[in-house]
Amino acid sequence: MRTNRYIFWGMTKSTLIHVFLMSVTLTCLFPIFWMFRCSFMTNETVFVDKGLIPQHLNFGNFAVVWTKGNFEGYFLNSVIYTVCVVTGIVLISSLAAFSFSRLKFPGKDIIFYMFVAAMMIPLPGSFVALFVIMKNLGLVNSRFGYILCMINVGLSMSILLLKTFFDTMSRDLEDAARLDGCGRLRIWWYVALPLARPAIAVIVIFNSLNVWNEYILAFLLLGDSQLMPLQRGLMVFQGANSTDYPVLMAGLTMAAIPIILIYLVMQKHIIKLSGAVVG
Amino acid sequence: MRKLITLCSCLMLIALAGCSQTPKASNKIILWHWMTDRNDTLQKLAQQYQQETGIEVSIQLYAPSESYSQKVIAAAQANVLPDIYGILDKKSIVADFIKAGLVADLTNAMDADGSRWKNSLFDKALADRRFDAGNIYGVTPGIFGVPIDVSNEQMLYNKKLLSKAGISTPPKTFDEFIKDSQALSRVGVIPFVSGWGELWLLDCFASNYAFNIMGEEKIFATYRGQIKYTDPDWIKVFNVFVALRDKGVLMDGIVTKGNKYAEQDFALERAAFTFNGSWCVNVYHNMNPNLDYGVIPPPPISSMHTLKIWGSAGSSFVVNAGSPNKDKAIAFLKWLTAKEQQVILAQETSNLPSNKEALSVISSILGEFAKGMDQSTHPNIWPLNEDPLVSEAFDRGLQAIIIGERTPQQVALDVQTVKDRQMAKGH
Amino acid sequence: MNSKAKSAAIFKENLQNFFFVLPALTIFCIFYIYPFLNMIFLSFHEWRGIGPMHFTGLQNYKELMGDHLWWNSIWHAGYITLIALTFQNALAFALALACDRDIRMKQFYRVVFFLPPVLSEVVVGLIWNWILNPQMQNGQYIGLLNHLLYTSGLPQLVHNWLGDPKTALTTIAIVNSWKGFGWGFLIMLAGLQTIDKQLYEAARIDGASGWKTFTNVTIPMILPVLLVVVILTILGCMQVFVLILSMVNEGLVNHTDVPVTRILSAMTGTNRFGYACAEAMIFGLILVCVSFVMKRLSDKAKQA
Repeated sequence: MRTNRYIFWGMTKSTLIHVFLMSVTLTCLFPIFWMFRCSFMTNETVFVDKGLIPQHLNFGNFAVVWTKGNFEGYFLNSVIYTVCVVTGIVLISSLAAFSFSRLKFPGKDIIFYMFVAAMMIPLPGSFVALFVIMKNLGLVNSRFGYILCMINVGLSMSILLLKTFFDTMSRDLEDAARLDGCGRLRIWWYVALPLARPAIAVIVIFNSLNVWNEYILAFLLLGDSQLMPLQRGLMVFQGANSTDYPVLMAGLTMAAIPIILIYLVMQKHIIKLSGAVVG
Repeated sequence: MRKLITLCSCLMLIALAGCSQTPKASNKIILWHWMTDRNDTLQKLAQQYQQETGIEVSIQLYAPSESYSQKVIAAAQANVLPDIYGILDKKSIVADFIKAGLVADLTNAMDADGSRWKNSLFDKALADRRFDAGNIYGVTPGIFGVPIDVSNEQMLYNKKLLSKAGISTPPKTFDEFIKDSQALSRVGVIPFVSGWGELWLLDCFASNYAFNIMGEEKIFATYRGQIKYTDPDWIKVFNVFVALRDKGVLMDGIVTKGNKYAEQDFALERAAFTFNGSWCVNVYHNMNPNLDYGVIPPPPISSMHTLKIWGSAGSSFVVNAGSPNKDKAIAFLKWLTAKEQQVILAQETSNLPSNKEALSVISSILGEFAKGMDQSTHPNIWPLNEDPLVSEAFDRGLQAIIIGERTPQQVALDVQTVKDRQMAKGH
Repeated sequence: MNSKAKSAAIFKENLQNFFFVLPALTIFCIFYIYPFLNMIFLSFHEWRGIGPMHFTGLQNYKELMGDHLWWNSIWHAGYITLIALTFQNALAFALALACDRDIRMKQFYRVVFFLPPVLSEVVVGLIWNWILNPQMQNGQYIGLLNHLLYTSGLPQLVHNWLGDPKTALTTIAIVNSWKGFGWGFLIMLAGLQTIDKQLYEAARIDGASGWKTFTNVTIPMILPVLLVVVILTILGCMQVFVLILSMVNEGLVNHTDVPVTRILSAMTGTNRFGYACAEAMIFGLILVCVSFVMKRLSDKAKQA
């Protein structure tokens, strides 16, 4: 009897949880589904046809996007920028966060709060100054300059997040490694980084998105169209005089798919690794 | 530890290795622009130019225009402007660029050959980047830019929707316009849409009626601070919007509508009238090739003064004064504004050409727009402009009237308060 | 001798520890500190972006103090943040808790909840702008929301959501929450996953109920992560602007102004770079103060 009731309550509870999760899922998916759906329509039908699945599927929009937006050219650049910036941020920010959390040196707190404070000043005011210093360093119109600049954009948030995670993580494994004669750098690489993988996954995802969707700094700093990222192709569609919704939606869908894939892959890793680390 | 130091020094080395190049004269000209719709044609013309002359012109598009503005200002600071570029800001900023030595004076090139180049272009378009003797900006007189097309802002009407409401001729006066709008409302057609979420377009419409109601002298007197915005004539201007609001002329949500969305509304026949610039011919054609529409100036509300519309250079290019390729850049712009190229630009992008000789090839609807150039004016050719903060308050006030939040009297007071403050600051 | 060697060793160690921060600090100084100092410098000047600068001392700041449009914009951003802090974060936490257990389709949910943040702000603005469209065509509402309200028998609820000053800001805040809750969800879930499962096991053996385990184990362990989420929410929402621009353009009169759009309009609308920099400075200062208060509160919470 008791077990029956227990099972009954367990089932009701899990049903309720599923109902809750499903309703949020619907609100999440619907607008995105709407975008996806509209990318298969034409300018004539997009405002009239209210059905869930369009009456006539039109795949031409994707072809238009691919050729008109010069996507193949920009695509590779976006991948290069995303990979380089995210790798850079993970290495540099985890080094710094490890130091802020575990090591001692004078002025540590001040430097840390400086990084945190940096997140609070809005960027737009500093474009001109940024451009001038980039020019003086010879970093205007160079891939490397843009990558460094984007690393800087993601650094503060990543350091804050990683430090928080290092602070909450238990030190037992590190102490054991230290007794085994590991140096700080080895502890960082072999112990702290693997333990912080869920947090690093968050950072990777966050920064990949940021770089993938960024265009203002790219416009400002890059002059050569061969160096431009994907968002530039999208901007062609969003240009002042075009409101071709279906093509626009197709472009947005195509720009969003790679980043969703990155997220899916990272998700798998989190689950696998968190199982290995915690269990 | 060693790894780390290596990493750091590597970073430093790479940072130092990226060396800056100094500009050299070459057979390559770089042009920055912001015109998404004209990019393809410009690229094509550049290729043609390379075949003809061997000079490569690299056309680089930076859209949207806000980012383009930022880029030009930043590049001006760092002195890395390209050979040819455009300045999208107000004329006072153009003046600052000129005074900073970043814009070449083209007067001599324009006057060469008995002023052939200058005479081939519309005078009103040239005036956009021309500074006359005694101008308030303190710029040495001269022509500093080349217009590649001209544009003006007028009212458009959808012939099909108008006939649906039994209207055969477009309105000639503001009263007729209101009556027609009410007739349209009765048959379930929204009378009017425009991109008034973009303040400049709202400002332009209001300015048309200000010219109509009080005439140019009184407007400039207001800018000089001699007449207040609480003057009955300005209240009349504000009341134009009260009438539009109360008679149900305006589409819902007009004050947050971007122009491209308003263009879409008109192209898809969701509204019978709109107010837009002449570039829209190309836009409407792309959105709905079957759209049957006509052009009229905004219908005047008063017979005291002529209603003036805004019209001027659509887009102008300037030449970088510091460029080693200055002469080549000027030669390219001269070629671009010659009749043959202007015909191609006008036909492919449906814009009004800046070259008078190319006018013969334009479509009939563009021809209707072109007629408006005679009664056009533009802030860029006025002897003085209103302080930008006052303009902002003015345009925001118009929006507040449209959504029924404030009365004309209140808005007039608000604007005058800002005006007084700016006058006290000596602007 | 001994103490000297010791202090030398300490110095060496400090230096080595400092090297861990050096790459971050170098990049930071070049790309952040210099532009920041430049911004402070500009905020004392009148400058149009090009041409001569005029030193005006504290004039920009004085004007800013009396600029009610500016202070209104801060209130608007605060309102958007407040909705995000309560509604969005509570939702995110509930979802994270629900997903940190053995339920079916866990992976599916995780992917789905993170889809809105994957889209760029422009895209989100565009999609919602379209869903919220107030117009009609051929007797049908174009906007999906009004269409659904109308066809489901609630025509009295049909509304111009973005065009009415009373609802515009709340609508924007809700769309902002829709876009943002995935972040809180992701970070909180990562936090929940790093909690040592042995702690739960120990609590269970001690006979603690589900609620007791939640308040005594989960909450204290997740608190630092929650605080990071709160701080990130505040910083993210206070600086939101692309979403607003893509939803209501230059704004519904001044009812949808936020600080960053004010800064942008000072820069590109009226070409007052000095004033824009002063605005950015004051805004940064306010955010620093807010974060400082948050930090103090969190320290207190930790002690308690």
